[in-house]
Amino acid sequence: MNDEYVLSQKFKIKGGDFSNAGRTSTSIKEILKEIGIDPSIVIRASIAVYEAEMNVVMYANKGMVTLNITPVKLHLKLEDEGQGIADIDQAMKEGFSTATHEMREMGFGAGMGLPNIKKNADRFKIASRLGEGTTLDIIFCLNKTGNK
Amino acid sequence: MTLKEIKEILRADVITGEDKLDIEITFAGGSDLMSDVLAFGKPGILLLTGLSNSQSVRTANIIDAKAIVYVRGKRPDDEGVKLAKEHGIPLLSTKFMMYATCGLLFSQGLPGVSDLS
Repeated sequence: MNDEYVLSQKFKIKGGDFSNAGRTSTSIKEILKEIGIDPSIVIRASIAVYEAEMNVVMYANKGMVTLNITPVKLHLKLEDEGQGIADIDQAMKEGFSTATHEMREMGFGAGMGLPNIKKNADRFKIASRLGEGTTLDIIFCLNKTGNK
Repeated sequence: MTLKEIKEILRADVITGEDKLDIEITFAGGSDLMSDVLAFGKPGILLLTGLSNSQSVRTANIIDAKAIVYVRGKRPDDEGVKLAKEHGIPLLSTKFMMYATCGLLFSQGLPGVSDLS
C-alpha cells in the first residue's frame, strides 16, 4: 500500500536556459502546497529541487525531474545528460565549484548547491558518469512532521 | 516593523507591492549570493540583495521571503517584476549600499536571520 503513488509527474529542464531557470521548482512548490504537504517539508523540498534544477541549467544539456509522492515518501529524481561529475566527494564539499562567470552573475555557482541539497533532504543519493550525466535522488519522509 | 517603516528608513522606492506596505517584517538577511540565501534563508525573511536579475525573485519565492529590498540603487529586470507580481512579493529599491542598508535597519531594531533561535 505504501508504494502506491498519490502523484507522479515529470518535468523537463533545458540546459543553459538561464531565463527560465527555477520555473520547474516554482511549479513543484505550488503542487506540493496545493496537495497539502507539511509546510516545513515544502520549503526543504523546494530549496533542494531549486538547487538541483540550477545545476542542470548550469552544467547539463538537458534534464528531467520526476516527482513521485506516496503516502509516506516524497521522491524527487533528477536525471541529466551532460558532462557529469569527475569527483563526487570533491563536488560535495562546500565551496568547491567549477562555475563560470555567467553562473556566478546569476547568484549561483558558489559550491553550495549539492551540500545544501543533502542538508535539506532526509535521504540523498548521487551517481554520475563522466561525459554522460548525473542522477540525484532526493527523498523526504512524509510520515512524520516537523523538522528533519 | 512594517514594510512602510522600512521604506521610510531606507528612503526606498516601491517597484511593486504598494498595497502590501502594511505587512510586518520581523527579521532580515542580506546577500548577493542566492546559494547563501537558500542555505540561511527562513520563511518570512526580508531579503536584502544587490542581485537584480529574476533569480532573486525566484529564490525569494522558494524560501517564502516576505519582500525584497534591492540595494545600491539596483532595480530588478522586467521578468523579475512580473514574477514578483505573480507571487505577490513586494519589491523595493534603495540607494544605500549593502552595509548601510543593513546597519540602518539593524540599528532600528530589525534583527538578522541568524540572530534568531
